[in-house]
Amino acid sequence: GCFVFKPSAKKRRLSHGTAHDFRNRNDKSEDAELRFFTCQSLWNQIKSETEKVQEDLNKQLLDNLVSFLSRSHLKFQEKATEWTCQMKFREIPTAALVLGVNVTDHDLTFRSLSDLLQNNITPYVALLEAKDCPGIKNLMQKLMGQLMNCSIDADSLEDEDYVQVSQSRIRCSMSSLIKWYKSVTEKTDSETPSQKRTSSTYWQPPPVVVIFKDMESFTTKVLQDFIVISSQHIHELPLVLIFGIATSPMIIHRLLPHSVSSLLCIELFQSLSCKEHLSTVIDKLLLSDQFPFKLGEKVLQVLINLFLYHDFSVQNFIKGFQLCILEHFFSQPLSVLCCQLVDLKKRINSLSHDQCENIRRLPSFRRYVEKQESGKQIALLTTDNFLKEETERLLEDLHVYHYNYISVLRCLHVFTSSLPKYPLGKQIRDLHCACLENQVWETEEYESSLQLARMLNKSDLVTMLQQCVEILLSSSGKEFDKTVEKLKEFLTQFQNLEEAFQERDGSISSQKELQKKTDLYHLQKTLLELKESRRSKKLTKFEMLRFEVVDYIDCLVRKYLVPADHRTLHEILYFNTATVLRGHLNAAPRTALHTALNNPHWYLKNQVLKCDGGSISNKAPDICIVYKLHLECGRLINLVDWLEAFTTVVMAAEAPDADTASSDQVDDIIHARFIRAVSELELLGFIKPSKQKTDHVARLTWGGC
Amino acid sequence: MPNLEHPAYPADALLHLESLVPCRESQVSMLLSIFGERQQFSFPSVFIYGHTSSGKTYVMQTLLNTLQLPHVFVNCVEYFTSRLLLEEILIQLQSSSSETEQTSHVPCDTVNDFVRLFKQAVVSRGLQDQTLYIVLDRAEQLREMEANILPAFLRLQELTDSNVTVVLLSEIVWELFRPNVGCFDPLTLYFPDYSIGHLQKILSRNHPPEYTADFYAAYINILLGVFYMVCRDLKELRHLAALNFSKYCEPVVRGEANERDTRKLWKNIEPHLKKAMQTVYLREISSSQWERLQHDDGEPGQLKGLSAHTHMELPYYSKFLLIAAYLASYNPVRTDKRFFLKHHGKIRKTNFMKKHEKTSNHLLGPKPFPLDRLLAILYSIVDNRVAPTANIFSQITSLVTLQLLSMIGQNDQLEGPRYKCTVSLDFIRAIAR
Repeated sequence: GCFVFKPSAKKRRLSHGTAHDFRNRNDKSEDAELRFFTCQSLWNQIKSETEKVQEDLNKQLLDNLVSFLSRSHLKFQEKATEWTCQMKFREIPTAALVLGVNVTDHDLTFRSLSDLLQNNITPYVALLEAKDCPGIKNLMQKLMGQLMNCSIDADSLEDEDYVQVSQSRIRCSMSSLIKWYKSVTEKTDSETPSQKRTSSTYWQPPPVVVIFKDMESFTTKVLQDFIVISSQHIHELPLVLIFGIATSPMIIHRLLPHSVSSLLCIELFQSLSCKEHLSTVIDKLLLSDQFPFKLGEKVLQVLINLFLYHDFSVQNFIKGFQLCILEHFFSQPLSVLCCQLVDLKKRINSLSHDQCENIRRLPSFRRYVEKQESGKQIALLTTDNFLKEETERLLEDLHVYHYNYISVLRCLHVFTSSLPKYPLGKQIRDLHCACLENQVWETEEYESSLQLARMLNKSDLVTMLQQCVEILLSSSGKEFDKTVEKLKEFLTQFQNLEEAFQERDGSISSQKELQKKTDLYHLQKTLLELKESRRSKKLTKFEMLRFEVVDYIDCLVRKYLVPADHRTLHEILYFNTATVLRGHLNAAPRTALHTALNNPHWYLKNQVLKCDGGSISNKAPDICIVYKLHLECGRLINLVDWLEAFTTVVMAAEAPDADTASSDQVDDIIHARFIRAVSELELLGFIKPSKQKTDHVARLTWGGC
Repeated sequence: MPNLEHPAYPADALLHLESLVPCRESQVSMLLSIFGERQQFSFPSVFIYGHTSSGKTYVMQTLLNTLQLPHVFVNCVEYFTSRLLLEEILIQLQSSSSETEQTSHVPCDTVNDFVRLFKQAVVSRGLQDQTLYIVLDRAEQLREMEANILPAFLRLQELTDSNVTVVLLSEIVWELFRPNVGCFDPLTLYFPDYSIGHLQKILSRNHPPEYTADFYAAYINILLGVFYMVCRDLKELRHLAALNFSKYCEPVVRGEANERDTRKLWKNIEPHLKKAMQTVYLREISSSQWERLQHDDGEPGQLKGLSAHTHMELPYYSKFLLIAAYLASYNPVRTDKRFFLKHHGKIRKTNFMKKHEKTSNHLLGPKPFPLDRLLAILYSIVDNRVAPTANIFSQITSLVTLQLLSMIGQNDQLEGPRYKCTVSLDFIRAIAR
């Protein structure tokens, strides 16, 4: 969920029992182990790839920060004697780090930041979170704890016991911190001549970096006090603050009054927007031919919607992707074939008869069989070996299709992303979804974008063609040699056009001379004539060429951008069960609760409970009956009436012809059941006791009946 | 101005002191006469108040240091608990006496312990026959500690039965300190703000060595002309003066004007200072960025200040949630039906309604609303159907942590939580676009 901090990564797949899980839950045990290991190795690949991508994305930000840190205290050391520096008030260097609202992703950034700092700049980095620091005292404790611990890591372990002893009774004040800092830096100074220090990369003296992870959640007073205190000691303790900001830098002024913010020397750093981040991740993970596993259209749409509508969290997107992989390998027995091309042959040959039957059952394969001639049909359906050969060929085709698909998609994106109003979407992911969904050339948006493409000017067109050539050249597919040639031919034609155009310049200048005539009447006449001629004029050479280019692109699209689910055997490589994913990632607690109470059969799978429409079955659990009855009430519910209704429902089956005599006195057991059900309902938050009327409870939900 | 005179102290020390505390001579002489001679008992507690940077701390420090009076100087913000504060006083007492390694740390939790340890420390330092001064800076913090701390400090002389004077420095008046139960009233002393003349005099004192005092004084004059309206903080002014001085000297360095050409120099610096007032002074851009700008001769427009980055990217539903929260906060409940229902019937204009509509709801501030109302408005303003998924609910909580909404009264678990929208109309407008 948005900004909900999830517990650390699923342990499930790491444990040893997982392979058994795969096997036990699926009756076809043969390939389970292999599938599990394929899945794991694939995920490891993807994980390392994403980490690399994210590292690259953060690099710029981190570099900027490091250079800021290097500036911050060096200046004072160099020219401490200068007049301006003596006069100037010494502010605490502060970096305001605007990271966007997806708080869950910040952890990763901060971790890499503190790693970088600790490796290169200073061992003294403290990460503070608002929830640990309700008061200045806790903040100081946390800060000193973190700083002094890291000093142990940096130094040898010999004086560990000394630190531990002192830490329990250390005074959490700034002066003891300063004392500690002095002793630590002096120690390293004295060590310098004697031994080669591993920490020689640290700056001298190393600054103390304090990172406030979530600036918004800190209370004003704590921050103010801390800043005031540390500003008094900035001469002895080279402190640098880093504020992690999720909203906007305005929050600094909102949290800190001028008298405090004037103690800071704030510089702003902005991280990459999370949308761009996502685009890069999609580009590198999904639109690459590295991984055999692919996402189907609906699944991708679910993931993207979750990102855009709810959380803006790239981490969650990747988690969702991971879930897709897991689900695919778990639920699809044929996913054993979802591997790199090199392993494919071996795996296909080792397929069992059951697995071959599985292949025959795939809808896309059945469609394929139906199209074949009768002799081949029989062979496919009866001979396993022939089926295997055919499967191998088809899967290879599918891989090739994917290579080509990506390259052509990128080319198309070059065109569509420069059109006004972006009829096919601005981002390549929109285009990707559109192409996966159905045959893109049949959509209206595609029509209109072709129309617009026919109106592009020449320089744009030429640069786009050049980009396309580059994309196609860099792709691994071999089929594009001819296409590249064709595109290059277009380019040379444009070149020739230009030369021809320059020759024609002369005639234009003569036109201009015509226009120079000062006679208004003549001028109008010539202009009209010109207009006429333009309208009736045949298409110029350039326009002809432009049409040709657009038509060529169109035919590339028709050839290569066929939706994946039209391809045979796509079920093996593409994961497309969006409902499962939605259920896992976008849970609806209220709906689930309502379903459970309103229609217990949904979860209990008990045939007896199956009921139709609004009727209330007396077989249902008590709480369901009570719930259904309460749906029919208003804001205040009379307990006595409720109990009566409950009794009627429960007794309905047992004694259809119950006497009136028994109805007066409610059975004690039924009474107890009713009370228990009502208190359960209260626990779930549907009702609460009311003080307005005796023997009434208030409903806390509206709607129903 | 009368020269400082006091029989107990040597004249040259007094003269030196006078040169260090410009424009505060009368306060210093007042303090001196309160303190009396070294061995004389002084008033038990003195309360000094005055606006920010009116020289309270500086005067006290210079006075005690130049005359070498035994003293302890503690900032109450820094030592935020009573225990830390009391221990710090004792540590300072002990460390200044014996030059040996730090004396063993004695825990001191209560005032009772403090009085005992304090007496020991005084004896060990041999200060029985001198007045010891304990200066508590930012004394307003004392009010937040245990209730007995402040009265105890006020009567410390009586409690310890030794020659000690407690000086409290604060920015607020004594009336805001006075505890309910009877306590000893200290002698209060007011430090008035520096006037523009005083500021001019003080700022001009430390001129850079390479320029003459007159030149710098002219510069300070211009600076005060621009900044005096908004800022009387001496520290801040000095900071600004140092920041902008290099720009002021530029024409002189380039040889376009000489040091006496004040008019030309004024023309050069005045727009620059005005820009500084809008940027550096408000901490919109940092002083180091400002210096770099000056150095490169760039336009400050290139660098956007902190307030310029108001734009915020929010997920789709978070935007709608925030808009719904805003509507719920500023619209009265009874208009909901009118605004958010498709068939709301006729709008009846009654006098009753008009009367209330007169005061703008924006002036009254946001009102709390229950969660259900927020969701109901959300469903009606989003075009397509919204499922109440866990993601929606978690977005509400995350908006609370981002301080865009605030939660009110969460003691009753069953009572639906109530929220307030804390963002401004401009922000909502920017989001709604």
